[in-house]
Amino acid sequence: MDNNLAPAVKVDNVSVLFNLNKEKIDNLKEYFIKLVTRKLHYNEFWALQDVSFEVMPGERIGILGFNGAGKSTLLKVVAGVLKPTKGSVHVDGVIAPLLELGAGFDMNYSGRENIFLYGATMGYSRKFIETKYDEILSFCELEEFIDVPVKNYSSGMRARLGFAIATAVEPEILILDEVLSVGDAKFRKKSEAKIQSMFDKGVTVLFVSHNTDQVRALCNTAILLEKGRVTASGTAAEVCAIYDEKVNKKR
Amino acid sequence: MLKNICKYRYLLKEIVRKNIKLQYRNSILGVFWTFLQPLLTTLVLVLVFSRIFGKDSSAVLNYPVYLLCGRLIYEFYTQSTKRAMRSIVQSASVIKKVYIPKYIYPLSNVISTFTTFLISLSVLVVFIAYFQLFSDSPVNLTGYAFLAFVPIIILFLLCVGVGLILSVLEVFFKDVEYLYDVFCMLIFYFTPIFYNVKQLKLDNTLVLRTMMANPLYSIVSMFRSCVLFGEMWNWSWFWYSLAFSVICIITGSVVFWRYQDKFILHI
Repeated sequence: MDNNLAPAVKVDNVSVLFNLNKEKIDNLKEYFIKLVTRKLHYNEFWALQDVSFEVMPGERIGILGFNGAGKSTLLKVVAGVLKPTKGSVHVDGVIAPLLELGAGFDMNYSGRENIFLYGATMGYSRKFIETKYDEILSFCELEEFIDVPVKNYSSGMRARLGFAIATAVEPEILILDEVLSVGDAKFRKKSEAKIQSMFDKGVTVLFVSHNTDQVRALCNTAILLEKGRVTASGTAAEVCAIYDEKVNKKR
Repeated sequence: MLKNICKYRYLLKEIVRKNIKLQYRNSILGVFWTFLQPLLTTLVLVLVFSRIFGKDSSAVLNYPVYLLCGRLIYEFYTQSTKRAMRSIVQSASVIKKVYIPKYIYPLSNVISTFTTFLISLSVLVVFIAYFQLFSDSPVNLTGYAFLAFVPIIILFLLCVGVGLILSVLEVFFKDVEYLYDVFCMLIFYFTPIFYNVKQLKLDNTLVLRTMMANPLYSIVSMFRSCVLFGEMWNWSWFWYSLAFSVICIITGSVVFWRYQDKFILHI
């Protein structure tokens, strides 16, 4: 890999602190009572601590970890949804978060209208989406239902539409959470082929999984998260071996 | 920052478009309600205040036009700020998953309500035209009517500022929604919508001053000066409402920027 390239994703000493209050205070009365009686205490919890790594363009990194290790928090930080308490994240390129397909949909809007809305959510103009419109439509195979409000779609149809839009705009960075199990077997094959073709084009991938076989197959490098800290990083094979060992020890 | 605004201007446009489209979807008369609703509510108010209660309201020249001016402005103010207030909480599912500059939500709601407000202003045009043609006491229409855009712009700024502040408060305290409903009712009676302040014959200057502290008082008065009385407004109204709106916007932006990163933990 060319070392002169700037990293596509650079996570620098990121820490995230959550204040877990025992009960959520969302009304004024409770807030003032607790403030006056000084019961406004929080349980502090570091979801991520001093996490640093870099992902070069075209690199595919696997993020391994047990439940509650901070994987989803890390993805949220990279996607820009969550601001880190300390440290910084620098992302160079367009991110397509495939974690929640159709998160930007409006249920009362038709499929056609949602394509433009979702495109705009990712920062694309109406004109640009119009050039991709036919591609999206033929990929998701929803031609008959495109003028029906999305609230009447099945969850599989919604996911198909979301997947078609998110991948049609050719993002530079792809965030994959677990395996993509979108729609039926036929569509799954199609979506796997699409992702493979994006791999071939050199898209940068952040892949979260429990399954080390998938990580070995998909990724070149990997990191292991444990209780919010990076405990191992290196090639996918090395990290997967460490992870498997830990899984066996736990048993 | 600027690059960010540039990139997401499409999103702003799309959300404004969506809000307007969805507002009247599934209603038979559709966008026609933008005209019908102010028309009908004004008729009700005219009926109540010039026939049933105090006949002296008709002392105000062109009372229906007078009332419509106030009502349109009040309605836009409350609708837009209420929508902006709920906008962040309502978009929780998107905000939690995709990065979007969050100010887009309150802003787009104010803009979409503003658009329907502009459309509904045509009812006012019809009213004025009616009085010009068929009434013995036509509206004093002068060139000042073209200045009506000034109070409208000030009103827009005010709504953006108040909307930003309310949207932040709503994220942390849901009570604000109920409190604000009551507050809007208070404003309805404290703004000269269906009455004229002079007609109240207030001796108590404190009460009068409280009423005038309401920026909507100045905005409604300026608007009426332009379109109804055909004269230049009182400049103190202009400066007061402009300063109030600008301060609201600055406060709103500062509060919003300061707390926006915490939204995700509370919605």
